[in-house]
Amino acid sequence: MIETVRTSGRRRARSRKAVAAALQFIIVVATTYLGLLAVTFFIGRVIPIDPVLAVLGDRAPQHVVERTREAMGLNLPLYQQFLIYCRQAISGDFGTSVLTTNPVMTDIRRVFPATIELATVGTLIGAFIGVPLGVLAAVKRGSIADQVVRVIGLVGYSVPIFWLALLALLVFYARLRWVAYPGRIDIVYEYTFTPITGFYLVDALWQGQWDAFRDVFRHIILPASLLGYFSLAYISRMTRSFMLNELQQEYIVAARAKGLSEARIVWGHALRNAAVPLVTVIALSYAGLLEGSVLTETVFAWPGLGLYITNSLQNADMNAVLGGTIVIGSVFIGINLLSDLLYRTLDPRTRAR
Amino acid sequence: MSLASETRPMTRREWLLSDRPQSRLQARLGRAYMTWRRFSANRLAVFGLAILLALVLVAIFADVLAPHSPFAGDLAGARLLPPGSGGYLLGTDDQGRDILSRLIHGSRLTLVIVVLVAVIAAPVGLIVGAVAGYAGGWVDAVLMRITDIFLAFPKLVLALAFVAALGPGIENAVIAIAITSWPPYARIARAETLTVRNSDYIAAVRLMGASPLRIVFRHVMPMCLSSLIVRVTLDMAGIILTAAGLGFLGLGAQPPLPEWGAMIASGRRFILDQWWVATMPGIAILIVSLGFNLLGDGLRDALDPRESGQ
Repeated sequence: MIETVRTSGRRRARSRKAVAAALQFIIVVATTYLGLLAVTFFIGRVIPIDPVLAVLGDRAPQHVVERTREAMGLNLPLYQQFLIYCRQAISGDFGTSVLTTNPVMTDIRRVFPATIELATVGTLIGAFIGVPLGVLAAVKRGSIADQVVRVIGLVGYSVPIFWLALLALLVFYARLRWVAYPGRIDIVYEYTFTPITGFYLVDALWQGQWDAFRDVFRHIILPASLLGYFSLAYISRMTRSFMLNELQQEYIVAARAKGLSEARIVWGHALRNAAVPLVTVIALSYAGLLEGSVLTETVFAWPGLGLYITNSLQNADMNAVLGGTIVIGSVFIGINLLSDLLYRTLDPRTRAR
Repeated sequence: MSLASETRPMTRREWLLSDRPQSRLQARLGRAYMTWRRFSANRLAVFGLAILLALVLVAIFADVLAPHSPFAGDLAGARLLPPGSGGYLLGTDDQGRDILSRLIHGSRLTLVIVVLVAVIAAPVGLIVGAVAGYAGGWVDAVLMRITDIFLAFPKLVLALAFVAALGPGIENAVIAIAITSWPPYARIARAETLTVRNSDYIAAVRLMGASPLRIVFRHVMPMCLSSLIVRVTLDMAGIILTAAGLGFLGLGAQPPLPEWGAMIASGRRFILDQWWVATMPGIAILIVSLGFNLLGDGLRDALDPRESGQ
């Protein structure tokens, strides 16, 4: 009797704890996104001395300036402006792009799949090469292989991505002719290939257009490999340190004493335990690539969000710049929080005791 | 035996390594010596330090070292010359300017950017973190929430947006990078503060009647410095890359300033035929940020053996 009371009490305490944790998570998410909006609001409305001037230019007649000021809600107090701004941003209204004259959200919806596709392929490359390299470095610690992996990682941390991209274009496109010229797909396919999802690799596969698939692959492989190299630098370094940590544990000694093969110990036991933090690392590097795509896309004329932002920057199209910033920021924050959540659910040690 | 060692005059090394220092100076020098020995055992780290010393020297003596003017080129006779021709060691760019001289003068801009960002961002992070950690309670909660919000932002994109609003230029690039790079320092400073805030010496200082402000500034912050220095050094490479990226997009230093990222951007048009115009500045960026990364790794191992995973 007493026993059941105690367990039900404990269960209630545990569920209360879970509710508190969920509430805290919601608060974290909400304040982070609010912070993002506050910063972009600050950038767009407070820093420019006169936002109307930024929109219209300095040659607009006085009554147009007045009307625009009113239409933009600039005669309202700042906090009301911010509330309106938040409401618009949440409903996906970032204003109209001066450059394309479309609503910014329409533009972003058009270009974003290209960025996602690039970052995804990049992360896949980085993870599938980076993790084995990191494991190798940890197992053969101090050897030549370890040193080589270390140098690969160090250079990856230190090299300017846009410069490496230019050199890669020079070597692999101009000299060796291994890959296609900058862009996403050859102009030949403009009328025969219809994108559905916006992820060209998937679309081409889905429609069974093998020629188009080959062409898309030849376009994406170079920028994706470059992005992949950057996540590889990060992933291999983290894998190495996680694996070193696991290989010192007692269960490894036990597995060895049991007579398991070294491969089984490394890949089956140690890597499996290192996998949980690795998932977060890979998620974070994915978020990093979304951001890193800004410079890469510029070099490869890749029609994604990064190129959209830099093009808008060059044309002083603030709505588009801030809209793109909010979208990249939101996805970035989302991945950050998700990886945090994932870590907590996957690793039983981090659950609330 | 002990008598003999006491009568024999101490060598300088023994004096430094003594486990019973006679003065504060001796203790400090001894610690510095130990750190230096750990640091200098790491050959790569020393190599990184050498790169950065060379960078500083090049920046200081740029006027003496540069064989040509970084701004005025020979438009008639020396446009886009390949490396090694006509006394231009690294070739010339499209305006007939010596690339080597521009790189040498560009080292000043790189140093200025890095130092300014560090001087702005590190103290901000240090103060926020130390105050949050020492005060605790709602001050801590609010400050850390703000820090986490900034930490969650994509740095380069946010810096882009800031520069877009402020207008291009080297000062605005510095401000934008500084705004996006202080949060990790606040995190570190807070973590260090939490480890010392309940220690006996802080309690002793408090009993002696020191104000919270004095405790934070004089007794807590110095304890945060070593891990902060490591982190700032490691971040320098990222700062250089971000600044170069802004320069590449035309948002950083404006022409004709010989900023390395902007030099790559101007060489981009000629990449297929005159590869050296864009390649040389990239190599300079790579070498310098590699230097910072090597130095940072070495400092981390030397100052904070726990963190190094050795």
